[in-house]
Amino acid sequence: MELLLVLGLPLLGALLQAVWGNRPWAAELNASMSLLTLLGAAALTAKVISLGPMTIWSELFFIDPFNVFLVALTALVGFTTALFGRVYMRVEQERGKLSAGRLRLYHSMYQMFMFTMLLALTTNNVGILWVAMEAATLATVLLVSLYRTPSGIEAAWKYFILCGVGIAQALFGTILLYLAAEKVLGAGGSALLWTHLHAVQDQLEPNVLSIAFVFLLVGYGTKVGLVPLHNWLPDAHAEGPTPISAVLSGLLLNVALYAVVRNKVLVDGALGTHLAGNLMMGFGLLSVLVAAFFLSRQKDVKRLFAYSSVEHMGIITFAFGMGGPVASFAGLLHMTAHSLTKSAIFFAVGHATQKTGTQMIDQIRGLIHTSPVVGWGLMLGAIAILGIPPFGVFASEFLILTTAMQQQPWATPILLTGLAVAFAAIFSKAQAMVFGTTTAQRLPHPPAVFPVFVHLVIVLILGLYIPPYLAGWYRAAARMIG
Amino acid sequence: MSVPITSQLIDLMAALLLLIAFAMVSQRRILRLIHLFAFQGLVLSVNTFIVAIAIHRPELYGSALLTLGLKVIVLPWLLHRLIDRLNVRWDVETLLNIPTTMLVGILLVILSFNLALPISQLAGTITRGTLGIAMASVLLSFLMMITRRKAVPQVIGFLAMENGLFFAATSATYGMPMIVELGIALDVLVGVFIFGIFFFQIRETFDSLDIHHLEKLKDRG
Repeated sequence: MELLLVLGLPLLGALLQAVWGNRPWAAELNASMSLLTLLGAAALTAKVISLGPMTIWSELFFIDPFNVFLVALTALVGFTTALFGRVYMRVEQERGKLSAGRLRLYHSMYQMFMFTMLLALTTNNVGILWVAMEAATLATVLLVSLYRTPSGIEAAWKYFILCGVGIAQALFGTILLYLAAEKVLGAGGSALLWTHLHAVQDQLEPNVLSIAFVFLLVGYGTKVGLVPLHNWLPDAHAEGPTPISAVLSGLLLNVALYAVVRNKVLVDGALGTHLAGNLMMGFGLLSVLVAAFFLSRQKDVKRLFAYSSVEHMGIITFAFGMGGPVASFAGLLHMTAHSLTKSAIFFAVGHATQKTGTQMIDQIRGLIHTSPVVGWGLMLGAIAILGIPPFGVFASEFLILTTAMQQQPWATPILLTGLAVAFAAIFSKAQAMVFGTTTAQRLPHPPAVFPVFVHLVIVLILGLYIPPYLAGWYRAAARMIG
Repeated sequence: MSVPITSQLIDLMAALLLLIAFAMVSQRRILRLIHLFAFQGLVLSVNTFIVAIAIHRPELYGSALLTLGLKVIVLPWLLHRLIDRLNVRWDVETLLNIPTTMLVGILLVILSFNLALPISQLAGTITRGTLGIAMASVLLSFLMMITRRKAVPQVIGFLAMENGLFFAATSATYGMPMIVELGIALDVLVGVFIFGIFFFQIRETFDSLDIHHLEKLKDRG
């Protein structure tokens, strides 16, 4: 029942918005549908926390602490982004950047995107997981080119082709997984159900699964934005409307990583070695390092934070690759903290770019003078994402680093170098944008303050004190991942 | 020892697919590319049909029909409409160095047969010998996507790659479960619609369908 709400509401929202998305109240409809989805997700979470993992509707869906935590996070950020988008898109429309028709496309596809992500998270079928991931690309690709600028179209084309080719690799991986599963479970629908696969994972053919995992990692890794498959990510983030940058960065990357981790659990079980983990650690470290060095070269503020997302996804991939209860716990915590912080940053950046009329870092100056709220939002967000205590990112990075020192000492200097380089790059750029002589102007609409600070406050709380039930939840999820 | 007629037919279909994949890599006319794509879909559909007869799997008939409907009728029809509307029906693309591309293609085929060998030994299907060809057609479509400078052929390459994957699924496992196949078909269909919208956006913005207009963002690092 709760699941029906979680999946049905965004789908219904997409249909309603396809009809009425150009009306003046469409933004409010968007926000209220997202709020209802969030309530449904909360109910689903409460149920799973009290009853434990469950399968629903003849095993079509599978909910356990790991994915229900991501469902809750997705619904929360989906709701706050809808609140931010309400103000942001209104300004864009008044400036004549968007027609009513494109606003309808935006609203409808926003809800559709939420639906595909929630479907990817809750489905028990590894094949449907692939279908939903591809559908998530399809839902967002026209949003990246929403402004129809040459660079926007280029970014969207690149996103479409690269992610399309990437995800084709994941399909091949899924076919190989099915090949291995079919021998044990017999042909038919049940051989792709994750719960069934999980039950027989030690009987799956190891050779096939190790080849399958390489394809799955490369395929879904393209969507995670792992280096060297990250080329689409900065472009898509920079050229699309800012609410879309926020959900791409805060949610889609997580969902893609979720797909990798779900498959890793199976491969680990079949192989009994650390091959999958080692591959993930390698890709993760490479992403951290390369993204950190690209950060200082960025001139566009949205590209800057897009590369920061590549870096953080690298850290999380590394943590899950390392494995073990502490590292997985830290990975989940980092996923939460990064999603919330990064989307808060994109909200602040969105308001800042509207005030200054540019995305170029050297032309955004002195935000704090015209709008203290946006200025502080961006500064605090930057501090939080850089892992300065007392924010939650510090707690998770600290846990990941200390675990790395024990389990993979060789990786620690690489991680620390990445973090230090990223710190220098982002801190100096953010400081100059927030303080300094102002170039920003006032806007007729007050900024959407609520989403920015709600996220930052939650991240702050996560850094100071993780409530016991949340910690228990993370631990249960970390046990699922192994 | 005599080989059953069905598996001989399956091998024939696989050989045809490989031939079509090479033909697509070297075909310069957009219109003929679409014909080749439709023909590829037809071969796939017939192949699935033969497999269905050979092993008596009713759900494979559905899969064969789905392929026939989507890849032989709907998608080529959509592509025909697109090239008419875009007025590129008679476009000829200048391809550099077809012989070199062909040689690279042959290397890819050898590579994919090597890659497929360990997997196909594990597969218990009568079609397992064709897995190498399936991988080869995936890689050849990829090669086609890389070498093309125009948007429409690139998309046809993308669709051909999906065909190759479908063939891989049939040879390794007799096809994915029906619900997954339906989902994939839906994604492909929606994808083609979006590609269609894109073609118009690209043309409107850049006055041509040449991809090299879409390489400006690279300089920004």
